[in-house]
Amino acid sequence: MIQLEKRPTPSKFWTWTTPVLAVALTMIAGGLMFALLGKNPFLAIKTIFYDPILGEFAFYYRGQLLVKAGPLILIAVGLAMGFKAGIWNIGAEGQYIMGAIVGAGVGLAFYPSDSPLILPAMILAGAIGGLLWAMIPAILKVKFSTNEILVSLLLVYVAEQIQAAMALGLLRNPDATGFPGSRNLAQWDASANLELIAGTGMHLGVVAALIAVIFAYILLSRHLMGFHIQLAGQSPKAARFGGVNPTRLVIFCMAISGALAGLAGLFEVTGPAGQISINFNSGYGFTAIIVAFLGRLHPIGILLAGLLMALTYIGGEAAQATLGIPAAAIQAFQGMLLFFLLGVDVLSNYRIRFLRKGVA
Amino acid sequence: MDLSSINWILLLASLMVAATPILLAGVGELVTERAGVLNLGVEGMMITGAICGFAIGVETNSAILGFVAAALAGAALSMLFGLLTQYLLSNQVATGLALTLFGLGLSALIGQGYIGIKGLEVAKIHIPLLSDIPVLGPILFRHDAMVYVSIFIVAGVWATLRYTRAGLILRAVGENHDAAHALGYKVVRIRLMAIAFGGACAGLGGAYLSLVRVPQWTEGMTAGAGWIALALVVFASWKPWRILIGAYLFGGLTVLQLNLQAAGMKVPVEYLAMSPYLVTILVLVIMSSGRGRAHLNAPAELGRSFHASS
Repeated sequence: MIQLEKRPTPSKFWTWTTPVLAVALTMIAGGLMFALLGKNPFLAIKTIFYDPILGEFAFYYRGQLLVKAGPLILIAVGLAMGFKAGIWNIGAEGQYIMGAIVGAGVGLAFYPSDSPLILPAMILAGAIGGLLWAMIPAILKVKFSTNEILVSLLLVYVAEQIQAAMALGLLRNPDATGFPGSRNLAQWDASANLELIAGTGMHLGVVAALIAVIFAYILLSRHLMGFHIQLAGQSPKAARFGGVNPTRLVIFCMAISGALAGLAGLFEVTGPAGQISINFNSGYGFTAIIVAFLGRLHPIGILLAGLLMALTYIGGEAAQATLGIPAAAIQAFQGMLLFFLLGVDVLSNYRIRFLRKGVA
Repeated sequence: MDLSSINWILLLASLMVAATPILLAGVGELVTERAGVLNLGVEGMMITGAICGFAIGVETNSAILGFVAAALAGAALSMLFGLLTQYLLSNQVATGLALTLFGLGLSALIGQGYIGIKGLEVAKIHIPLLSDIPVLGPILFRHDAMVYVSIFIVAGVWATLRYTRAGLILRAVGENHDAAHALGYKVVRIRLMAIAFGGACAGLGGAYLSLVRVPQWTEGMTAGAGWIALALVVFASWKPWRILIGAYLFGGLTVLQLNLQAAGMKVPVEYLAMSPYLVTILVLVIMSSGRGRAHLNAPAELGRSFHASS
């Protein structure tokens, strides 16, 4: 008989081994899925995980890696703080949209000025847009103890409708004929968030993501607030006796994650995406949840997990182009990864004992 | 806007149809939560049920087989959640989210060949006498069978929880799993059954969307219905009959909003379309604050893992 014995503290070894194990298991299960779809599983896995970095056309894909990883890391770092403290902001997708809309709106208000202050103002506005959108579930939780999971998630659907309304109405490009969507922000010099080093995909959003990782690392390991976050997550009772103010903690975690998601949206709309369109959002806010967990809610882990997840996006696109593997299969693949991760996590929290029958 | 262009009898009649998906998913989640398990994967199970029900329904040309397949698919997916949370003791919030993300991908994958295919005609029931009553007949008694099945499920859940030994045990597991375990009840097994029931109901709810309400398959067609069903359980304070009231109120709001769009109200469509989500948030706020205090009615062990130390 197998019995689980709770470890007093999670095992350090397994904490960092389980993500690798989960990725390996996902490759096996994903390979089975690809085989069921009638594709060669080994070729598919190689196309997704190997070719974009080391394959023949890697020069094209490598740049994309940072473009995709940037927003994922930026959002996941913020989410992880809340998750650590037991505050579940799962509406990052909505905050991402609102950041992009508010930032783009502030910029477009000054069109066609060429002031160098426009991009900084937009960045600030983007962060504020995301932050304010995250404040709705935060304040409702603090004031009325409303469940922040449901509110933040429902607000994603509201944000998507606002986005459609903006693309068709207020922010619509007045010079365009027919097509809905705002002016192209990547082609307007004052607002363009361009590649900093050609061919690398390194844009301001990627820089912001790296800064966020560093700040989050310092906050969590060196600052009192970081200690409060860890404490509230591990033992809410001890936190209350220890004088942690739960209201402040909720507001702080939601504000950080909202602002970072808003920033991610703004950098996306001024760079890779270029404009607010009806469906400009691409699910980064949800994938970032997987990234946060895969990175063990640790900033450095999230950095690595974000790169890996970006790889599945790019490799997925490559597999779509060369092998005809549908995009939905990649989405299912990413979902599977989170399942396996949560499943094998039992190894870090519990010790497995094999007992002979009758001994108990 | 021309309010007189709205046919109010037709509007009230479509209310029950609009409410049925979230009613089914909501009552299933209620049973799961009464057993102390918070499954946030309702959206994922609904959408998987929607595509499986649609695919099997179209292939076999039988709505009944479609619904059966949807229930099985929902239950199967929920067992993934059950395995992880009950045996591997994973975090229920995170696992539920994983279930939703996975379900959305899986359904899109299965549904590739079914986009744009015409759905089935599901027959409306004609009850002699009752269906012919003026006004009330079309509103209440001229729907497809699933509308009435969903009401029977609610009644069944209510009676089971209130009057039977099985219902008492289920509630005991949800209120205090250690005590239930000490009394010799198999906590994990009971919870797995509750999770499977929740999954089957969510699958049925999804299939109702793709087989009756729309009836077609489009990617992401549940559009948050699963999350609204979760909110519905809070609104209902974990009481079956209140799920029915909540679902019909919500269904009424949805069809009213659609009718206002059609009647040409001078508000962009997008703002009307976001109203169901805003109202759901408003309801959550009202229920969780002041006298309502929904969380006081919540099962005491909601979302906690059970691990027998001996």
